[in-house]
Amino acid sequence: MFHFVLRRLASAVPTLFIVVTISFFLMRFAPGGPFNLERPLPPATMENLMKAYHLDQPLWNQYLQYLKNAVTGDFGPSYIYKDNTIAELIGKGLPYSVELGFYALLLALVGGVTVGTIAALRQNSFLDFLIMSVATIGVTVPNFVVGPVLTLIFAVLLSLLPAGGWGDGSWRFLILPMIALALPQLAVFARLTRGSMIEGLHTDHIRTARAYGLPPRTVVITHAMRGALLPVVSYLAPCAAALLTGSAVVETIFTIPGVGRYFVLGAINRDYTLVMGTVVLVAIFVIVFNLVVDILYGLLDPRVRHD
Amino acid sequence: MTDISATIIPPEESKGRSLFQLATIRFRRNRAAMAGCVVLFLITIFSFFGPYFINHTYDQVFPSYVTIPPSLEALPKTDTLGDVMAGVASRAKVELKEFAVDGNTFTATVHSDQTIDPRTTRYFDRANEFDDTKVTATEDDGKTLKLSGNVNREYFFFGTDANGRDMLARIMLGGQISLAVGFLASLVSLAVGVTYGAISGYIGGRVDNVMMRLIEILYSLPFVFLVVVLVVFFGRSFILIFLVIGAVEWLDMARIVRGQTLALKRREFIGAAQALGLTDWQIIRRHIIPNTIGPVIVFVTVVVPKVILLESFLSFLGLGVQAPLTSWGALISEGANKMQSAPWLLIFPAIFFVITLFSLNFIGDGLRDALDPKDR
Repeated sequence: MFHFVLRRLASAVPTLFIVVTISFFLMRFAPGGPFNLERPLPPATMENLMKAYHLDQPLWNQYLQYLKNAVTGDFGPSYIYKDNTIAELIGKGLPYSVELGFYALLLALVGGVTVGTIAALRQNSFLDFLIMSVATIGVTVPNFVVGPVLTLIFAVLLSLLPAGGWGDGSWRFLILPMIALALPQLAVFARLTRGSMIEGLHTDHIRTARAYGLPPRTVVITHAMRGALLPVVSYLAPCAAALLTGSAVVETIFTIPGVGRYFVLGAINRDYTLVMGTVVLVAIFVIVFNLVVDILYGLLDPRVRHD
Repeated sequence: MTDISATIIPPEESKGRSLFQLATIRFRRNRAAMAGCVVLFLITIFSFFGPYFINHTYDQVFPSYVTIPPSLEALPKTDTLGDVMAGVASRAKVELKEFAVDGNTFTATVHSDQTIDPRTTRYFDRANEFDDTKVTATEDDGKTLKLSGNVNREYFFFGTDANGRDMLARIMLGGQISLAVGFLASLVSLAVGVTYGAISGYIGGRVDNVMMRLIEILYSLPFVFLVVVLVVFFGRSFILIFLVIGAVEWLDMARIVRGQTLALKRREFIGAAQALGLTDWQIIRRHIIPNTIGPVIVFVTVVVPKVILLESFLSFLGLGVQAPLTSWGALISEGANKMQSAPWLLIFPAIFFVITLFSLNFIGDGLRDALDPKDR
């Protein structure tokens, strides 16, 4: 297992390198640049700006320079958020996104698995139908609808919770964006759990466990759930990476100072260094969570071996 | 909907028809799944053939009926016609003396200090409410005209949008595009994701390592730039939408199938198949893929709404369908912006979207039960 983790961490280096390379050139092939504003800048200013940010050099040199700096942890200055380096911007925003994303992930995972298991145990009952209907609506209704509706109900009409902002970071500010983030994922987890739980409950070892007279709770939680969680765990990696790096839509609706906005703003403003920063951030999260998930596979199902 | 099942289980089909027939029989017995099929069929008919039965087109603009709430009554209502006529008369610079509506026709008397040009009737035709205006009598040396014409009554059962276009026609058009995108892009992600995940998981070792690192790379690429660069190189095309969406959405599917395969490949029946001398590809096709069908079908029902909503994000970036064409995703995101002032712009497309996905879920659950190789 130790060797497996080491090997995977070693293979993260070429992965990151390829991601950075493709993204760097992909970005430069797109038309537009960070200083192409609606009102064009005077040519002299433009020239100076390009020189200041080394954008006048051949692309290949810029790429090598970026790699050299990135290895030492210097991701360059932002073109749009003047006076801020990328490391500062992401360092400032990431804690908010990660905290919010973590609670949303927890809610989605625990809620989804619980609800999905209940639905599977009562297969084809009214409760099952009800839970799955709500889950369907959860998958279908997009964030940009759920967010405003939640604000309208709980902040405007009932005045129970603040409509947005981070405030002092207390749970009252977190609860609405957390629900808006978690709801679609919770629905996915619920559907995946229900499907594989129904399959899992029909297997021979569950019949054996029941025949032994084990309490139903033990049968479901310790025996059936282990196998049933495989697809849930598979989906966990992309879901966790997406939730923890923030969502542009939810952060905009609830005015949260996280990093989710930078994904969209960086791309729209052609803030090359910011885009590269977000790309590296996502890549790290994806690599780490895929590794975690591969380890979890082995824990859940001893038949899975990493050779 | 038998074509869905046929595309999902080609391996079963090639093995023997009895297995496939069995699945069909079991599927037919599932009432919820059959109801889902019927509803999906009706929505497809509504979207593709509906436009032939309504008299508004999706890009027809009614300047007089902007952001009209849905109603079963014909517009304009008789009591507001007088105001409309007064407005038209002042635009035509004539004085309205009399105005009466009788069924679908109207009569009006207009007067002016100078001789009225008979061509003034054009001002009346220009309003959406009136049509076919004619001069029936001329009095006072042409200073007073008696006019008559038809009153245009329009039905907007789903209301109109901010540009005065009929929402019913737009939802039908949106359905055509969204159903096509949802169906085709999900098929792309299904085919690629399942094959890729099963191969990666079954072969394992170095191949698995490389294939999974490739997925991590694709996950991390900046999506917006990917789209923009593709548009720059290939121009806007409908096929590009499927490719871009399919390219993003198969990644999750591949990871899920690979996870299932890792557990499956140590099972006894796979060992038996290997002992019998089946090739890797035969084992993947006949034994691995059919056994992953449960999570795969569940995840397809999740991918379809994702794909349809992603299409609206592509439109926002300039790749998806452009106005006056539209899709359910685009209608929903437009409607979300006007949720409070004009809720029907969100509610009607959302209802169609949700109903479609509900029936898809029932079909999915039915297919899962019918195709499950463990449950015979």
